[in-house]
Order: sequence, then C-alpha cells, then structure tokens
Amino acid sequence: MSKLLDIRGLRLEAGPKGKRTTILHGLDLSLNRGEVLGLVGESGAGKSSAGLAAMGYTRGGVAITAGEILFDGIDLAQASTATLQDLHGRRIAYVAQSAAASFNPAHRLIDQFCEAPLLHGTAARAEAEADAIALYRQMQLPDPQQIGFRYPHQVSGGQLQRAMTAMAMACRPDLIIFDEPTTALDVTTQIEVLGAIRDIVERYDTAAIYITHDLAVVSQMADRITVMQHGREVETAQTRKMLEAPKADYTKSLWAVRALDRPRRDTNDTETVLSLSGVTAGYGTTKVLDGVSLDLPKGRTTAVVGESGSGKSTLAKVIAGVLPPGEGKVLWQGKPLPGPYQKRNRATLRHIQMVYQMADTALNPRHTVRETLERPVRHFLGLRGSALRARVNQLMELIELDPATFLDRRIPELSGGQKQRIGIARALAAEPEFIICDEVTSALDQLVAEGILRLLLRLQDELGLTYLFITHDLATVEAIADQVVIMQRGKIVETGAQHQIFAAPKSDYTKRLLASVPQMDAGWLDGVRQRLAS
Amino acid sequence: MPPLMKLISSRLALGAVTLLAVSALMFVGIELLPGDLAQQILGQSATPETLAAFRAELGLDQPAHLRYLDWLAAAAQGDFGTSMASQRAVADLLSTRLTNTMFLACYAAVIAVPVAILLGLLSALWRNSLFDRSVNVGALGAISMPEFFVAYLLVLFLSIRMGWFPTLARIDEASSFGDALYRSFLPALTLILVVIAHMMRMTRAAIINVLAAPYIEMARLKGVPRWRVIVLHALPNALAPIINVVALNLAYLIVGVVVVEVVFSYPGLGQLLVDAVASRDFPVVQAVGLFFAGTYITLNVLADILSILSNPRLRHAR
Repeated sequence: MSKLLDIRGLRLEAGPKGKRTTILHGLDLSLNRGEVLGLVGESGAGKSSAGLAAMGYTRGGVAITAGEILFDGIDLAQASTATLQDLHGRRIAYVAQSAAASFNPAHRLIDQFCEAPLLHGTAARAEAEADAIALYRQMQLPDPQQIGFRYPHQVSGGQLQRAMTAMAMACRPDLIIFDEPTTALDVTTQIEVLGAIRDIVERYDTAAIYITHDLAVVSQMADRITVMQHGREVETAQTRKMLEAPKADYTKSLWAVRALDRPRRDTNDTETVLSLSGVTAGYGTTKVLDGVSLDLPKGRTTAVVGESGSGKSTLAKVIAGVLPPGEGKVLWQGKPLPGPYQKRNRATLRHIQMVYQMADTALNPRHTVRETLERPVRHFLGLRGSALRARVNQLMELIELDPATFLDRRIPELSGGQKQRIGIARALAAEPEFIICDEVTSALDQLVAEGILRLLLRLQDELGLTYLFITHDLATVEAIADQVVIMQRGKIVETGAQHQIFAAPKSDYTKRLLASVPQMDAGWLDGVRQRLAS
Repeated sequence: MPPLMKLISSRLALGAVTLLAVSALMFVGIELLPGDLAQQILGQSATPETLAAFRAELGLDQPAHLRYLDWLAAAAQGDFGTSMASQRAVADLLSTRLTNTMFLACYAAVIAVPVAILLGLLSALWRNSLFDRSVNVGALGAISMPEFFVAYLLVLFLSIRMGWFPTLARIDEASSFGDALYRSFLPALTLILVVIAHMMRMTRAAIINVLAAPYIEMARLKGVPRWRVIVLHALPNALAPIINVVALNLAYLIVGVVVVEVVFSYPGLGQLLVDAVASRDFPVVQAVGLFFAGTYITLNVLADILSILSNPRLRHAR
C-alpha cells in the first residue's frame, strides 16, 4: 500500500536573498493512512514549519527550496494554488495552537464550520449544519445543538479547541495537522480535549501529524514519534519503543524527567515574612480573590498553583501593590503593608521584587543589559561610579552570565533564557528579601527552564531569599516548592508542605489537578479518563 | 439597560453635550468681536441714544447668557433670526443652500465611498503588485495637490480644452436632476479625487493589518480563495477604522467644501458662509457654524455607534 504522505529531502529557507536561514535541512517524513505521527521538539526545531509544509503551505518569507511533498501521489511543493485550495480543508485540514485566535471573531462557529463543506461542495448547508451538531456531540461539547450558533468569544478555550477539531473534520479529510492544540489549555481541560481528539481521529481513521513540545502528551496521541532539533530529524520510532529505549542523546535529555535533587525543607521552623489574611480583591464588581489567607515562611519557596482564572496572578499584584485589596490585611514582617505601592516606603519597595513571565516584554528592548541593571542599583542602593560597576558585574556573576560578553548587548540580542536571567538580576539588584516569580519558566523550553530553576534555587541558598512562585505547571512545583498553595476561582483550596500535597492531596480539586498532569506512559490517558469517568 | 444600549446612549449624550459646548463657544466668539448688531445696522454715525433704543428693541441690552439661551431656544425651533445683509429669515436662506450642499456631498459620496473601498480591497488583495503601486501613487498624488489646484486642472482639461463640462456649476430650483448632475460634475469630481485617497489607504491598511491574524491563516488552510478571505474574513474585522475614516470624509464633503464651491461658484453653504463672514452677517455665520458643527458631531457619533455594532464582542454579550 502506498503512503498517504511522503516527504523527501524537504528543505525550507527563510529571509531575503543573501541572508537566508535554513529552517529545515532536508527532512524525510512519511505517514500511512490512519496513522498518527507525533512531531516533537523544542521551539525553533522547525516542527511547526514542517507541519504546515505537509499541507504545501509556508508562512510569509519562508520558501520550499528543495525536496518533494507527496500527498497521495500529488507533489504539494509543485502544486498550483488551485490544487492546494482544493485539497485544503477537503483532504488535508489544520488545527491551530490557539483556537481563540484562529476562529474568526466576526462569524459564528457553525458558519465557520460550514464554510469548507460548502466551498468544496461536499455538503449542502443543511447537511453541513446537521453534521456540525453531530461532530460537536462526538467532541463532547456541552449543548451541541446550540453551541455552534455562538460567537467565538462566547465559548471557552477548551471548547473552542474541540470545536476547531470538529471543524477540521467537516469534510472528513484524510490527514489533519494538529499544531500544539492543547499547549494553551489548563491541564484539566487538556485531558478532555486530548481524549476527544483521539476518539474522533480513531473513529474516522484519519491520519494525523501531532505537533507538540510535550513528550507526555505526544505519547498519548501518536503511533509513532519523530524527534526534531535545529530543523533536522533526530530519531523516529514507534511510541512505545521511543519511550522505553530512546537512542539519541538529545532524545534522552528530553526524556529525563526534571531531576532537581533538593533536600526536603520544613516550612514551620522559620519566621513568617509575609502574611495575608482574608484578602479580597477584584476589578470593578468582579471578585478575583475571595478571602485569601496565607503565610509565607522566610527563606522558603511557596508555590501558588492554579488554572487560568484562579486568581494566582491577582494575588501577586496585591502583594506587589499594583492592585490594592478591597478587604483584608497584608502584613510584611509583622507590620501592615499599605495597599497601593505608591504609599509604601522605599525600603519595603526594595524588599519586594518581581520577575515576570514574559521577559521579552518586561525588559525595555531599547536598553542594554548594563542600563537595565544599573538603574535599580542606583535607585535603591544609591551606588555610583566604580561601586556601581562592581555591583553590576557581581550581579552578572550571580546569574551566571559573563559581564564582559553580555553587559553591552541590547535586550533583543539575548536568547529567551538569557533574558529571563537578566529579569532575575534586575530583581536582585535591589537586594530584596522576597521575590515574586510569576510563571517565570512557562514561556521557556524545558531544558532552558530547568537552568532557570536551578539558578533560582542556588540564589535562594546563597542569599536566603523567600520566593512566591506562581505557576500552572505541577512539575515545576514538584521541583522547587517547599510549601504549596492550590487555588481555584479566587479561593485557596488547599495549603500544605510540598511532599504532603503530592503524596496525600486532601481536596478533590487537588486530586483531579494532580491526576491531570500527563505522564510519560502511553496508557496514561486511557487510565485517567476511566478514573475520572467513574 | 443592556450594556450595548448603555454604550450607544452614552455616545449620543456625549454628542449632544459637544454640540451644546460648540454652540456656546460660537456665541462667545461672536460676542468678543468689536461692535454689535445694532452698531452694524445703524452704522458709525448713529447717536448713542438711538443705538441704546435700537439695542433695547433687538433685546441686545439683556445679559449675554440670557441672549444665548434665547438664541438657543429659537434655534431649537428652527428660527435662526434674520439675515442682516438680505433681511430674509436665516432659515429660509439656509434651506436652498443646504439642499445644494447636500446634493453635491451625496453626489461625491455615492461615487467616492464604494470606489475607495473597492480600490482598498483590491490593493490589499494584490499587495505590492503593479496595480497596488499605481493606485497608491495616484491616490497620494491626488491628495497632495491642493483642492483648488485639482479643480483648476479639471476645468482646464475637461472644460476649456475638451469643452465637455461647464466651468461654472450654477444650479437653481429650475434645473432638472439630470441637468444638476451634469452641471455639478466637475466640483463633484474634484471632491471625489480629494477624499478617495484617504479612505482607500485606510481600507488597505486596515485589511492588511487583519491579514496577519491567525484566523486568516486558518481560513486559507480551509481552502478559501484569497478574494473570499479578504471580503468575508478580513473586512468584517477591519470595519471599525474604515467606518471612522469614511465618516470623517463625509463630514469633509459637507463642511469642508468652501474652496471648491467658490472655484465653481456653486451655490452651497460654503459660499453662503464666505459671503456672510465678508459682510459680517453674524446670524448667518452662527447658523451655518452650528449646522457644520452638528454635521461633524452627528457623523462622528454615527461612526462610533456603527463601529460598536461591527464588533461581535459588544453586539453579543458572553
């Protein structure tokens, strides 16, 4: 039997002539009918470009410079626009990473569903609508009769992602490209979406390329996995084989579950540096935080875990003084802390610092590293001249970046991990006692994120820092937290020492959250779905 | 009240307040000018006694704020006083001129708006093509030349050289509709050339801006042809800026045509305003000013409301 998709020696290049960079260096990929191939790699590995190229599509500035893309015998690399338009949506469909951004906000879901069948003439409007409702039902969307008649902004992210998969199914394509479809979702939502996607792909025997950076996710979805790095294939194997015995060193490094060896530390043997009692806060009439009480032990890491909308970032804003609380008290070293930061004195401001999720936008792109760091040192410590320079050099050494190489670079000339290190150095510049880390590793690749976490732990040991670590990633929590706070809908569901929460969660929500974290085990999804169903 | 109605009624209220503020400003502006109506009518040689008597007769001896309220109340009922130059009621004077101005504005708008939006869509569809570049160069050329210059060029070529259209656009009640269209073709064409560039370039920019959105890529990957992507997927999301620039240009067509009217001696409001300013005919200046302000504010409020309605997030609450 011939392959459904056979990509040979595919080479993609980007950029203007003379300054071309190669995105794919001669990729080979093949797919049988009904087979699901997982495409795994870190950002910049070329996996998304490869997935789009499998549709004969490239983004602006990217060109196919060599190789062929045989889809059922048709070379998509050479195909005319008309041929591609005929295949797209009808025989090859696409499911994008962010469904919220990929549904047109101006049209109802069902109109967007019906567009491809009507355009390709595979169904009349009434049939297409009936089919949409049937697929919505199969994707386990609530109220399948009516949900299609809503606009995208009226539907939640997880539901949109399922509606998008239903839309891709509209013409019953032979191949669907899933481009990180669950990356933007919360873990508990992710399970539902993963399950629905897998059911429907199996039901219609659709072949799929499943692109992700998350190994645990891909091992649930794929029959076969290809690992990519720097635009090249590293290795390909059947999923079980790949999980049990990865061959390449790079694959092994990806497979190595985060192992930060760290002694267990108690949280009740130190004084409390910051405490909140009955804090309520919100925007306008909506309450985002509802009666939150919390003690942060000195020199320890408290992780605040929750899904989007749980109020964890709002908690950070209240502590930082960006959003004054409506009710309740915040005590800093036993003394009341004024709500708005404008009313806090300089010493307090100095001792509470923040590191942000997106180092890209949190650092001024027009500044050099030196300017970024000198400013808080001058402002908070009043250092000038050689003392200032010495302190900045010292900060760079703390974050393990060579001052001579990096100090005079501008922010855009740094990599994502380096930017986040500068973000940490900027917080350290004030010589704080307490740092709020808001999702500091969630925009980073796994290996880079691990480096940042190691750095944060080392700094804590050396400087006795207290961290409030906000995250939705339970693996990160397990790696670095001493105390864990679980939040849901603005309330604290459970607080406890890290080993207690992970070993013996008390609340149902915590149990569900922990069970939802994908495991590197091909049978995990089936197991957890059965457990959640019963 | 539903949030959408609240938003719209607040825009309407804001428009009304702005109009009121403008009317007050205009009144104050005219108050600040030396001399008053009585002085104007009786001339420099009038004795103080006759002036005072005449002022009392006209009600000019009342304090300014009372006179403002009187004028406002009368204006609200359509009575803008009497023109000093012609001794006719300002409202009567305005009505024929207003019809002419609206006729010219609609004439230009009916052609300019669809053409500009179509050109904008096409130049976004064929971005960086020869078509796109020539349309852009042409539009920029037209907008860079002052409007009287465009007008004279048109007169020179289409009227004097070719003899196709009359140089002067004189129309009156007796002209038939077809005749009026023919006679006012040149001023209309001048206005079209002046306003097209702005609307066309904004349409193009708004569409191109939206084309970068992920849902556009999604539409293309569903096999939707490019023109359909532009019209069905990009345009509905680019409406707000387009509506705003169209409203601004419509306002210009009514309010800003003074120069073009003068060039073609077209009997519109602009001409009337110029004449009234020259002869210090304050009641007319005030009435025309108020009408211009009202037009501007109405069109802008309308644009605001239409932009709000074009946003599905505001039209359909969660």
